[in-house]
Amino acid sequence: MKRVLPWIIPVLILLFWQWGASWGWISARTLPAPLDVLKAFVRLVKSGELMDHMQVSFERASIGFAIGGGIGFLLGLVNGMFPVASRLLDSTVQMIRNIPHLALIPLVILWFGVGEEAKIFLVALGVMFPIYINTYHGIRQVDGSYIEMAKVYGLNTWELFWHVILPGALPSIFVGLRFALGFMWLTLIVAETIAANAGIGYMAMNAREFMQTDVVVLGILLYALLGKGADVIAHLLEKSLLKWHPNFQKGGA
Amino acid sequence: MVTFQMENIHKSFENHGLSRKVITGIDLEVQAGEFVAIVGRSGCGKSTLLRLVAGLEQIDEGQLKFHHGDEKNNGIRVMFQDSRLLPWRKVWQNVALGLKKDGKSKAEQVLEEVGLTPWKEDWPLVLSGGQRQRVALARALVHEPGLLLLDEPLGALDALTRIEMQQLIERIWQQRHFTALLVTHDVAEAIALADRIILIDEGKIKLDVAVNLSRPRKRGSSAFAELEAKILNELLGLEEETRSPQHLQPVAGIS
Ligand SMILES: Nc1ncnc2c1ncn2[C@@H]1O[C@H](COP(=O)(O)OP(=O)(O)OP(=O)(O)O)[C@@H](O)[C@H]1O
Ligand SMILES: [Mg+2]
Repeated sequence: MKRVLPWIIPVLILLFWQWGASWGWISARTLPAPLDVLKAFVRLVKSGELMDHMQVSFERASIGFAIGGGIGFLLGLVNGMFPVASRLLDSTVQMIRNIPHLALIPLVILWFGVGEEAKIFLVALGVMFPIYINTYHGIRQVDGSYIEMAKVYGLNTWELFWHVILPGALPSIFVGLRFALGFMWLTLIVAETIAANAGIGYMAMNAREFMQTDVVVLGILLYALLGKGADVIAHLLEKSLLKWHPNFQKGGA
Repeated sequence: MVTFQMENIHKSFENHGLSRKVITGIDLEVQAGEFVAIVGRSGCGKSTLLRLVAGLEQIDEGQLKFHHGDEKNNGIRVMFQDSRLLPWRKVWQNVALGLKKDGKSKAEQVLEEVGLTPWKEDWPLVLSGGQRQRVALARALVHEPGLLLLDEPLGALDALTRIEMQQLIERIWQQRHFTALLVTHDVAEAIALADRIILIDEGKIKLDVAVNLSRPRKRGSSAFAELEAKILNELLGLEEETRSPQHLQPVAGIS
């Protein structure tokens, strides 16, 4: 019963939506019936179109994430570990961070056209800052008494980093990861909807021109699903790497 | 085992442009295998002295000399009041921290010694305060230090656990023969464990007394109580009691 309870309302909504649509209370132009969305899904899967679009979107997301996340992580590490580097770089990074990256879209299109580079660039930019900030602060927050202890116990610089500083910063890095994943999908949705000739966003925008509301809704649902999927993976990773953390002990969050 | 000598050690800290003298001329020689306790009021510089020996602070003036014995065990290790166990490493991994080889088997051996074998796979966060300090002790011992520095290692424990831990420390010290320097607030603890008690006041050694009681020391005994009262009075700045020459040998020339 406890497991069923949270699902009752969503299922009811879905049922009313379906009835509303099939009895003509909700026009198919406003919102297609859930079953029609399902049919569109099956149709696009069979034609292979859907997989192509999803693959394009997935590649943009992962390449952009790898580049932006990698740069943000490295910058965070260097600035966190070496005060000189943070003096030199941190305020510049903070200044760039204040520019909303989506505001750069016109400029980015001028630079790269509507090619892949534009989308990857935007995703990378969106992902970089949350990873940077949380890695940087995570490292800075590591308890100095642990570092002192590690020195007394003869750890060298590498061991100090690997056994003390990185694990200590990890909870914060994961917070950054979660934010970054959110930014990643958001950036991709906006970029694909505005300027693209493939991808889920393009599929939805294209369908709009032909009044295929079922495909539009399908696109929205796919984004939601991919976002959820990324979040679940991040959560599983977190659970396995932060086993020691009070939040993850004895069936905690 | 390690012998060390302090010669006219001075240490001050800069604070908001003001220089505060914390250690003002300390001479102390600790013999190999000796157990020395340092007592004194809060803020008198006990931890600072210990940190100077550990190399965690720079000496301003004076000299600190170490003479390492010829055995392999000659490192210095510190046991802190807050156990400073890394929460992301299991108990045995904490003990094995910094070991280059055979980490796990060495850690398990020492955990056996401190009676924590059943907990070796647990995270430090699930342990009680006393158990955490046992792990911290094991982590220090696994390196077979020639000199063990203890900064109020039992300060946060309840009275019963504290006495158990004192017995454990005494037993291990007797088995392993290392030199020990213990900072404590608890005069009874100092008397129970130390060969010699140093009382520090205003950055100087005020009293240096040998504890000539046979081990294990009985807390109820009159000699124990007499010595405890003596040191407490000295700590509180009371002078009305006469010194008993059997147990107390004040260092000449110290106010
Ligand atoms: N890093 C530091 N910077 C500035 N002042 C310091 C520093 N470390 C210690 N002090 C000062 O030196 C004095 C002695 O400190 P210390 O920690 O050695 O005292 P303590 O005898 O260990 O006291 P307690 O029994 O309360 O632990 C204190 O006044 C303290 O404020
Ligand atoms: Mg102290």
